Amino acid sequence: MSLLEIKNLKTSFTTEQGMVQAVRNVSLSVDEGEIVGIVGESGSGKSQSMYSVMGLLSENGIIEDGSIVFDGKEICPIKFDGTQKEWEKYMESIRGNTISMIFQDPMSFLNPVLTIEKQLIEPILNHRKKLNRDQLHTMAVELLTRVGIPSPAERLKQYPHQLSGGMRQRVIIAIALACSPRLIIADEPTTALDVTIQAKILELIKDMRKNLGSGVILITHDLGVVASTCDRVYIMYGGKIVESGTADEIFYEGVHPYAKGLLACVNNPEVDDNELRPIPGSPPDLLAPPAGCPFVDRCEHAMKVCKLYWPKEKSLSDTHKVHCWLTEKGSI
Amino acid sequence: MEPILKVENLKTFFPVATSMFGKKKYLKAVNDVSFEVFENETFGLVGESGCGKSTLGRTIVKIYEPTDGKVWFEGKDVSTIKGDELKKFRKDAQMIFQDPYASLNSRMTVGEIIREPMDIHDLYPTSKEKDEKASELLEIVGLKPDHIRRYPHEFSGGQRQRISIARTLALNPKFIVCDEPISALDVSIQAQIINLLEKIQEERNISYLFIAHDLGAVKHISDRIGAMYLGSLVEVGESNELYRNPLHPYTRALLSAIPIPDPHLMRNREIAAIDGEIPSPLNVPSGCAFRTRCPMAMEVCAKDTPKLRKVGNSQVACHLYD
Amino acid sequence: MEDIKLTADLFEPLSEEEKNSEFIAAKSKTYLQDAWGRFKKNKLALAGLAFLIVMTVLAITVPMFSPFEYDLMDLTSVNLMPSLLHPMGTDKFGRDIFVRIMYGARISLSVGFASAFICLFIGIVYGGIAGYVGGKVDMVLMRIVDIIYSIPTLLIVILIMLIFGSNIVSILIGLCATAWMGMARLVRAQVLSLKEQEFALAAYVLGASKMRILFKHLIINCMGPIIVNVTLMVPSAIFTEAFLSFVGIGISAPAASWGTLANEARSLIESHPIQIIWPVASICLTMLSLNFIGDGVSDAFDPKKK
Repeated sequence: MSLLEIKNLKTSFTTEQGMVQAVRNVSLSVDEGEIVGIVGESGSGKSQSMYSVMGLLSENGIIEDGSIVFDGKEICPIKFDGTQKEWEKYMESIRGNTISMIFQDPMSFLNPVLTIEKQLIEPILNHRKKLNRDQLHTMAVELLTRVGIPSPAERLKQYPHQLSGGMRQRVIIAIALACSPRLIIADEPTTALDVTIQAKILELIKDMRKNLGSGVILITHDLGVVASTCDRVYIMYGGKIVESGTADEIFYEGVHPYAKGLLACVNNPEVDDNELRPIPGSPPDLLAPPAGCPFVDRCEHAMKVCKLYWPKEKSLSDTHKVHCWLTEKGSI
Repeated sequence: MEPILKVENLKTFFPVATSMFGKKKYLKAVNDVSFEVFENETFGLVGESGCGKSTLGRTIVKIYEPTDGKVWFEGKDVSTIKGDELKKFRKDAQMIFQDPYASLNSRMTVGEIIREPMDIHDLYPTSKEKDEKASELLEIVGLKPDHIRRYPHEFSGGQRQRISIARTLALNPKFIVCDEPISALDVSIQAQIINLLEKIQEERNISYLFIAHDLGAVKHISDRIGAMYLGSLVEVGESNELYRNPLHPYTRALLSAIPIPDPHLMRNREIAAIDGEIPSPLNVPSGCAFRTRCPMAMEVCAKDTPKLRKVGNSQVACHLYD
Repeated sequence: MEDIKLTADLFEPLSEEEKNSEFIAAKSKTYLQDAWGRFKKNKLALAGLAFLIVMTVLAITVPMFSPFEYDLMDLTSVNLMPSLLHPMGTDKFGRDIFVRIMYGARISLSVGFASAFICLFIGIVYGGIAGYVGGKVDMVLMRIVDIIYSIPTLLIVILIMLIFGSNIVSILIGLCATAWMGMARLVRAQVLSLKEQEFALAAYVLGASKMRILFKHLIINCMGPIIVNVTLMVPSAIFTEAFLSFVGIGISAPAASWGTLANEARSLIESHPIQIIWPVASICLTMLSLNFIGDGVSDAFDPKKK
């Protein structure tokens, strides 16, 4: 059984303009010891589907349908066995404990008036209450060492603003690791960082998986990041998953025009003067998403059927799945 | 050939408040930078955040005044121009900003935004002509003419960046500073913007100073690239040459850290990443600023500041090539 | 998933015209329309607005069309209880209280709104220049504000009333002499934070003049907090005027402001308590509705701050 199994998740947001259908029928799974990438543009629903898992949707967001099974237990609020209060209590008990999240912007996540140590031991205090001060301190030092922060004992006494951007992101990762979570959701953890630091943080995420055996979900829009870290990849577009497979399948045998288009428009500096073939247009407006494939308006192979119907999932191998009418084209 | 832009020993320092009786401290954002940009050329500028590349770009378009050194634009010293000449400089030298959410006035419609430069410089006599020109510009950047009455917040990041490109094009400039125009955008949109900038360059003979922290994108669009570290240029070279044969250890580190969308390649790649992070520009290390993180630092690096000079086909500031 | 009948023609390629990728679904709304949409949802604020409109219309029309003048004394009908002819009764000189209250509304409301708009104008110009020019100019301008701020408001108002006499103009001058400074400080702080934003820099690089940047870009973008501040200034001006008139240094009889009316009715509080209820209720209800409006406006213009 998978560590996390999402089936047909549907999440919407009520706004003044109408319902924004952010996540539409998303199914995905993550195993222990696996790094899974979710790739998509901003507004493709990749972050919102994970916020749905964490129970962190903003007030106007609701899960309309679907099931989320984490570690054998249903945690989707509409299917949860118990009242809303009990669900909230349960989510509190697993958040930061068995599931933890790494956010994009390290500065807004850390509390500026608390020392690094206070913030680091908070999840431990919340979830593992039987430790004394010395044990907590040793744990905090250990955590900072694990994420590669030099002279951890001094750093613990400092405040967030005294650290550089890369250091803060390491602290956030340390906080996420505090309770040895089984699933780590990293939401664009390196987008705000320089490439030199990004490489180190990605190494750290890979080490984490190796040492803890946790499952990792890495949300990103950068295929380069995925190539260097992920085992499996889900490509999301317009609130739907359009293709999924192992990293090799997606990068070398990609089928969906969006997945292929993403690769074609990334500059590969290994090649001199390679031509960039951008995907034309802009992502669909999810206030009124197209009935068929959300990518239809930007797709160079778009057909009449694409505008009308959403294609069924087609399995190309045990791991490689795609939703695209092009795969059916020959059979009619 | 005369360069369109020539930067000579440019220094931009910002005074930092210190204790009342202490010596006045300066944040040396740009420290002795010289380079040239020729007509129809794209000069790329890369470096980690905080290396002074944006300050350099802003000094060139006179948002900041230089502390020392000169900026020559079409043979004129930019710091002394006034009146009509300044107005002409404002028309010829433009800037595209990093954050597409902050660089457009959210209370103005797209039409008003694109018309503003025409209003300022009295480019077209009638309101109708201005509107027509604005629609035409919108189409050039791939948006629809009927978007003219909408407000910026209704657009996505990439669309907004295209609107701000349309705004600068209204002036038909000769030179544009592109200050990280793609780093806030999605990958699929980044390529659109880069291609758009290249297309415009071809059609209108514009020179770019393209600032970014992502060497991959910079390499694609640039003819020459300068790598910047703590306010100084450490290496300048033709872009393919710089990528194939980086001389400065910092350039090498930057290159090896670029994530490449190719899993096989990434799995077997050695990352020559450098340790630590960029020091504060308030306390620049003595000698070569990079020596504190350099894997090949020598004794001499702490003593002498290396000067940019020709090595092979590139210019580099490093004692390894003494 | 429903069964779809797939035919070959469905697999024809889609023409470029059929693609619609730069499509925006939401209806375009201006900033003010957006704010009005949020304001409308606040029922209390709407009620406040309705009350204020009714009050304004009555204040304009009642003294115009009523058979009684506000200062018409009729010693044959003093201290009457409310009746059809005199909806709020008459006072100790036989003047119609309803007309006097509405006449007072004219004074109170115009003092409130006029002072708010004068302060708005001075504050925007003064604060805008201080914030945008910055440096020494900012230093000098803000120190002047600090100095004036250190003198108590009431002292300034009373001094001005003593010099210029107790009439509506001197009340306005007195109120504005101090109230503009809050607006100036607000505008300065907003402009300071906005002028480093990229849209302001972009306008600068385009060659826009300082005036254009300040008014077309910076001030327009701090309109939200400015409008909120104005709606809160109106009730405070009305209150100050009523207070001054009540203690006897504001508008003096026979002219009637709500404060004056309350002061006159004070002496009859034991024999005819109803007479003091009218001006006090007018002040209270107006205050309350203005504060509701202020609340609604601040939610409407700043939806994140809750």
